[in-house]
Amino acid sequence: MSAAAEDAVTEAPAVEAVPKRAMTLGTGTSLVILAALLVTPIFVKNFVVFQMTMVMIYGIAVLALNILTGGSGQFSLGQSAFYALGAYTSAVLMEVANVNYALTLPIAGLVSFGAGYLFGKPALRLSGIYLALATFALAVAMPQLLKLHFLEAWTGGVQGLTVMKPDAPFGLPIGQDKWLYYFTLAISLAIYIGSINLLRSRSGRAFMSIRDNEIAASAMGVDVAQYKTLAFGVSAGITGIAGGLSAIVVAFVAPDSYTINLAIALFLGMVVGGVGWLPGSFVGAAFIIFVPNIAESISKGLSGAVFGVLLFLVIFLVPHGARQVAMVAQHLLGKLTKKN
Amino acid sequence: MELFTNQVLAGVATGAIYACMALAVVMIYQAIDHLNFAQGEMAMFSTFISWQLMQWGIPYWWAFLATLAISFAGGILIERLLFKPLAKAPVLTNVAGFIALFAIVNSVAGLIWDFTIKQYPTPFGSSPFLGSQLISTHQAGMIGVTLLMLVGLYLFFQFTRIGLAMRAAAALPESARLVGVNTSWMIALGWGMASAIGAVAGILIAPVVFLEPNMMGGVLVYGFAAAVLGGLSSPLGAVIGGFLVGVFENLAGTYIPGVGNELKLPIALALIITVLVFKPAGLFGRTIVKRV
Repeated sequence: MSAAAEDAVTEAPAVEAVPKRAMTLGTGTSLVILAALLVTPIFVKNFVVFQMTMVMIYGIAVLALNILTGGSGQFSLGQSAFYALGAYTSAVLMEVANVNYALTLPIAGLVSFGAGYLFGKPALRLSGIYLALATFALAVAMPQLLKLHFLEAWTGGVQGLTVMKPDAPFGLPIGQDKWLYYFTLAISLAIYIGSINLLRSRSGRAFMSIRDNEIAASAMGVDVAQYKTLAFGVSAGITGIAGGLSAIVVAFVAPDSYTINLAIALFLGMVVGGVGWLPGSFVGAAFIIFVPNIAESISKGLSGAVFGVLLFLVIFLVPHGARQVAMVAQHLLGKLTKKN
Repeated sequence: MELFTNQVLAGVATGAIYACMALAVVMIYQAIDHLNFAQGEMAMFSTFISWQLMQWGIPYWWAFLATLAISFAGGILIERLLFKPLAKAPVLTNVAGFIALFAIVNSVAGLIWDFTIKQYPTPFGSSPFLGSQLISTHQAGMIGVTLLMLVGLYLFFQFTRIGLAMRAAAALPESARLVGVNTSWMIALGWGMASAIGAVAGILIAPVVFLEPNMMGGVLVYGFAAAVLGGLSSPLGAVIGGFLVGVFENLAGTYIPGVGNELKLPIALALIITVLVFKPAGLFGRTIVKRV
């Protein structure tokens, strides 16, 4: 194609601006949901408890991506790499170094934060589709790197590592699955509140100004490079904690659990949950865990196609994901209460 | 030295596969500014269609032409039905759409033709080419067809009215509309052409990697690498990028100790990232200057 001397590219921002207040749920709704989450495990089977724990873990990972994309407007298709890093850090610390499982999580977070920060340094020169591609490359390469021979003493190579599932502490009379559920719930809650506060802070405002207009942000004195890398690091760190949690809960890590498919699933979770809407992360996580099962039950041979069709339905009917559904519901609720 | 020449030759031969795929990737990127993650699956589906036609007794070249026509129409249909309504949606939604398309095409192909590996014929034969052990006549034919396609595209874009209109629609949509170019149909045409080029790539690759629903997974990653290396805005760059990635991959596997087969993919990906960091526009791409 011939080169035009100067292309005027009037580019719409990659991510739509989300008003800050629209990023969270109201206090009342949040408390009701929290109460429901606290009580549910008493009534359901252990397998359901395990699935709900996985929803929360994926939810944390989707939330991390949401901070990066919804907050600072950068893409990543490579979250599975940081998730794997966190999972392996936790697993290796627990099995090889005998560290207490709860203590491995902050270390997993820090290691992933470091990796994300270092990866973000060169990657921040890229934008949009190029960043998606670079992170995509990272996600594809990760399983291969984990299988490397000279790391086998720690990582267990292709076979992976089996981890001891921890019991409830202080002799509490609840099963392992239920204990891990509450453990995960507490950490999800802490991360959720921490993320909301982060986005409301000075740094959060800097992220969002970069998302909305990079040039205007730098004109106002925001160190664009610094904050972009920071967003990448924070997102990777939180993903790492989610990965560490998954290693504890699943009690097993292997290179092939962290393929590009995981990164794609997390990305889909964010889109379905609504980009930039933090509570949506958990809705999106539920989508990526339960919908493939539903698709399988509708048609075994066509599960992929059913999943794809459901995804297209979401994109066409509710392009803003769960956020849109929640807003419509809120609107209807407001109308109803006014009438009475 | 002989080892080196041999490895380069083998690299060029595999590079032809990547070059084909990269060409399709660049076509669609030109038309819609997105990387189509479902491109490989669409190509795989086209290849299955041609295989089916041949199973029904249609001769190779007729099946080839019919597949090109079907793929072209299919590409336009997908654009009209699924992606035209998404044209104004954020990039993220589009990427999710590509992933959905990927899942659907892969699963449907698996249902119709199942996941067993199938032999795919080649019209060029597989005897050694000009007495060389490393490069077969099929691989030589593959390189030939890729170059032919490149020349054809060049002529189309430089010397036909529609080619000019497509370039205009890609470069400056508003101005193109003002002079009477139907930009919306140009995008559909871009999808159709990319789909047809993908079909050619699939048909050429199938005899090497064998026909099955997952045959394009690895190839697409290399196709992306090649397209990025050459520059996403240049078809010539994409083809050269494809050959370079093929050669680089082979040489790295041979000369860097400890790389071997396992690390070939990470090496290709490290190459993408390095190129992106130092020369984001690729080797032959044009730098996009943004007006603030």
